[in-house]
Amino acid sequence: MKRIRLATATRPASLSRRKFIVGSAAAGGGLALGMHLPLGIDAIASAQAKEVPGAVAEVNAWVVVLPDETCVVRVVRSEMGQGTITGLAQLVAEELECDWNKVTIESPTAGQSYARKRVWGEMGTGGSRGIRTSEDYVRRGGAAARIMLLQAAADEWKVPVAELSVSAGVITHTPSGRKITYGKVAAAAAKLTPPDPKSIALKDPRTWTVAGKPVKRLDTADKLDGSKIYAIDLKLPGMLHAAIKQCPVFGGKLVSYDEAKIARRPGVKRVVKVNDQAVAVVADTWWHANTALEALPVVWDEGPGATQSSATIAARLKEGLTAPIAYVYRDEGDALKAIEGAAKKVEAVYSTPFLAHATMEPMNSTVRISGDRAECWVPSQNVEASLASLSEESGVALDKCEVYRLDLGGGFGRRGGTQDYVRQATSIAKQFPGIPIKLVWSREEDMTHDFFRPISQARMVAGLDANGKLVGFHLRVSGQSINAFLNPSSVADGRDERQMQGYYERAGDAQLGYTFPAFRLEYAMRNTHVPVGPWRGVNTNQNAVYMECFIDEVARASNTDPLQFRRALMTRHPKHLAVLNAAAERAGWGTPLPAGVHRGIAQFMGYGSYSAAVAEVSVSPDGRLKVHRMVLALNCGHAVNPQQIAAQVEGSVAFGLTALLYGECPVENGRMVSTNFDTYRMLRLAEMPKVETVIVPTFDFWGGVGEPTICVVSPAVLNAIYAATGKPQRSLPLKNASLV
Amino acid sequence: MAKLNINGKVHDIKAEPDTPLLWAIREQVGLTGTKYGCGIAQCGACSVHINGEVVRSCSYPLSAVKASDMIVTIEGLSRDGRHPVQLAWAAIDVPQCGYCQSGQIMAAAALLAKHPKPTDKDIDDAMTNICRCGTYQRIRDAVHIAAGDAKPSWPGLAPVVQAKA
Repeated sequence: MKRIRLATATRPASLSRRKFIVGSAAAGGGLALGMHLPLGIDAIASAQAKEVPGAVAEVNAWVVVLPDETCVVRVVRSEMGQGTITGLAQLVAEELECDWNKVTIESPTAGQSYARKRVWGEMGTGGSRGIRTSEDYVRRGGAAARIMLLQAAADEWKVPVAELSVSAGVITHTPSGRKITYGKVAAAAAKLTPPDPKSIALKDPRTWTVAGKPVKRLDTADKLDGSKIYAIDLKLPGMLHAAIKQCPVFGGKLVSYDEAKIARRPGVKRVVKVNDQAVAVVADTWWHANTALEALPVVWDEGPGATQSSATIAARLKEGLTAPIAYVYRDEGDALKAIEGAAKKVEAVYSTPFLAHATMEPMNSTVRISGDRAECWVPSQNVEASLASLSEESGVALDKCEVYRLDLGGGFGRRGGTQDYVRQATSIAKQFPGIPIKLVWSREEDMTHDFFRPISQARMVAGLDANGKLVGFHLRVSGQSINAFLNPSSVADGRDERQMQGYYERAGDAQLGYTFPAFRLEYAMRNTHVPVGPWRGVNTNQNAVYMECFIDEVARASNTDPLQFRRALMTRHPKHLAVLNAAAERAGWGTPLPAGVHRGIAQFMGYGSYSAAVAEVSVSPDGRLKVHRMVLALNCGHAVNPQQIAAQVEGSVAFGLTALLYGECPVENGRMVSTNFDTYRMLRLAEMPKVETVIVPTFDFWGGVGEPTICVVSPAVLNAIYAATGKPQRSLPLKNASLV
Repeated sequence: MAKLNINGKVHDIKAEPDTPLLWAIREQVGLTGTKYGCGIAQCGACSVHINGEVVRSCSYPLSAVKASDMIVTIEGLSRDGRHPVQLAWAAIDVPQCGYCQSGQIMAAAALLAKHPKPTDKDIDDAMTNICRCGTYQRIRDAVHIAAGDAKPSWPGLAPVVQAKA
C-alpha cells in the first residue's frame, strides 16, 4: 500500500510505528484484516514480526525503545482531530530527551489498561482534558525512562551517572567522550527499578525544546491519500453490516415490524429487535441493509413525548424565567433591591436552541462475540465506557472483553460516556455469534438521535445609577440540565452547578471574570423529553452569549465603550483582563475601520483557560451579515504546540459561527425535524473569516484548548452586529432573525 | 453487472443499478478513502472525479456510469502521494480529524486542474465541502500553496505567542 513520504524535520523519517500497526492490519484492502489484534500496544510484537534484530524494550509503561532507535510513546487519549496525540508525545519526548524525528506513538487498548490496572491513567477524552490533566504523569513517565536509560549506560560503563549527559537519544560520558544510543541500552534499562515519580524534577517549561514548539502533527500523512482506516472503514472476515432505526419520538417504543416485506431484498440476512426502542436490518452490505430498513414497515408506540414541540418546550423555559422558585447559585449583595432603586434598568431575554453534534463520521461500532470473548472496534472518546458497555450488554466478563479504538472522524462530546452505538452493535452481534457486525447509523439517524446540546433561555436585568454606573446584576438561566439526563441523582432539587459553567466564583476552571457591586445568579431547571449531553464547549457557549451580549447592552445604556465597560468590572480578575486586552490590542480596538465595518468584543473562561475575541463584521442594508476578521486570544497556561492551538482556535471559529448562524434542531410531534445537512446547515469555506490567534501563556497553570475559544465567537460577532445595527440579536440562530 | 474504471483498473461490479457509486466504491471495490457523510450530496465527503469533474458519489447511481468513464478516487489521485494538493495539505497540517479531507482534496485537485491560479472567489465557489472541524482557513491557504501562489512559511503560519518571561 502506497504511503506518502514527507521529508520534513518533524515527521519520523522511519516508518510510523503506529501506522505500521494499523497499516499492517489494513494493508491490501479487501478482507485482509487478519484475526490478530489490529490495534493497541503492539510495538514489541510488530518489531519481532518484522524481524527487527536486537532486543525491543518497554522501558516503562510510556516508552518503548526499538533497536533502530525509534521511540514509541504510549498515548491513551483519543485523537479526534484536536491534535492531542502529538502534544502528549511532545511532552513525553521533552523529558525523555530522545530524537523527536524518531518518535512515534501507539495507543493501548481499554483491555490492556484494565489488565494493567489503569497504569496509563484516565483514557476518556473530553472537557479539553487530554493534555491538562495528564501532563504531569506523562512528563514523569518520559523523565523516568530517561533516568533509567542513563543509569543503564552508567552501569555498562561503570561510571557515575552524574558524569553522563544526553541529547536527542545519544548518551555521552563527558569525561571520556564515549557515546551510546538509547536503542543500545534500552533492554538493560527495562530491567532497572523505576525511580519514584515524585522524586523526579521536571524541566522548566521555559527551557523546552520539543514541547512548546509548533512541530507538525504525527498523524497527517494517511489522511491525505485515503489510507487511514476509520472505524466506519473497518473490514473483518465474514463481517455483516447493520443499519438501525430508533423510534423517531424520544422515549417511544418499538411495537412491531413486518420482516416479510423486505426479506427477499438483495443481501438481507435478518431483521432484529435491538432493544425496546430500535430495529435493525442485517445484510451483506450496509447499502443493502439501510435501503431494506427504509422499506421496512415499522409500528411504533410514540409515547407521551409525541405531544412535545419547540413551542411547548419554549413555553416551559419561558415560565422558568420568572417562576418563584429557582436555584440561587450566587447571591452577592442585594441585587434585586439595587436594581429596583436604580436610575435606569436594562432588561433582556436571550435564547439558544438544541444542537446536534454532527460529527462527519456517523455513529458506528463493530462488535464480534465469539465463544467467551467480546470485541469491539469503535471511534470512542471514552474506551473505558465502551468496554463497560460491551461487557454489560454482552454479559461477557470485563477481562474477556476488548475495545480497539480507531481515531475518530469527529467527536465534539458525542462519543463519550453514552456508548449507545456500542450497546446496539453488541445487542445485534449477540444474535449472530462469531460474526462481526458493523453497525453504521445513517446521517438521518445520527442527526435525530443525538444527545443534543441542551436548550435554554436567560433573563437578565441590570440597574445603572444616574452616572451610568452598574449597581446590580440579575441573571437567571432557565433550561435543560445535562446532569439531570445523564446522572439525575447528582442534581436533586434542581441544584445543578454545571449549568452555570463560566459563571463560577471560584478560580481555576470556568470563573466569571467580572465583579458586580451586587449579583444574583439563578438556575431554573426545565427538562424536556429530548436526550441531552455535552456538546463541544458544553454550557460555556450559551452562558457566554447571555453574559457577554447583555454586558454590551448595559455598556450601551451607560454610554460606555464595551471594552472600557468590561475593564472596569475586571480589576479583580487580572488573567481574564490580560487576555481581553491581548485580543483588543491585536485587533486594534478603537482604531478606524473601513466604512460599514464594525467591531464586537467578548471574553469568557472555560476548561481552565481564558479566552477573548474581537470580531469585525458588516451588515448590508438588506440585513446580510459578513464576518471579515476575527482575533482570538487564549491563555491556556502552557502552549504545548502553538500551531495546533491555532488550528483548534480556527476550528472553534467555524464551530461557533455554525451554531450562531444556522444551528438549531426544532422539535415537532416529539421528534427532531432536521435530519441532514440540507436543513442543519454548516458553515462553509466561503463564509470563513480570517482568523488570527494570539496565545498568551503565563506558565502558571494548565488549561484546555479544544473547547474554550468557541464560547467567545458568537458573542463577539453578535456584539459587532449590535454595533453595526443598534439592534441586539437575542435569539439564536441568526438565520431566523432580521438583522436590520 | 456494471463495469467501473477506477484509478485505471476495470472492476466488474455486481450491484443493483440504483446503488450509489459511493457504496460500490466502498463495499464492492473495497476502497474506503471515499467517505459517507450525508448521502444527499451536501457534504462532499464522497467526492470523486469522473472524467476530471468532481462528482458527489453518494448521489450518483451506478446506472449513470458509462464503461468508458474514468473514475478517480483519493487512492488514485497520485501514484506516490505527491500531488501538489497533497503536498500543500501536508505542508501546513490542514487535516484535523481528517474524515472529510479525501473529499476536500479531490475538490481542490479538480479546481486546480481547471484554474491553476485560483482567486479567493474561485476557491469560495469550488470548495463547498463541509468540514466539521473547521479547517477552512488552512484549506484556502493550502490551495494557494498548491497553486504556487503562496509559500508554506512554516512555522510562519503559527500564531503569535506572547510569552511573558
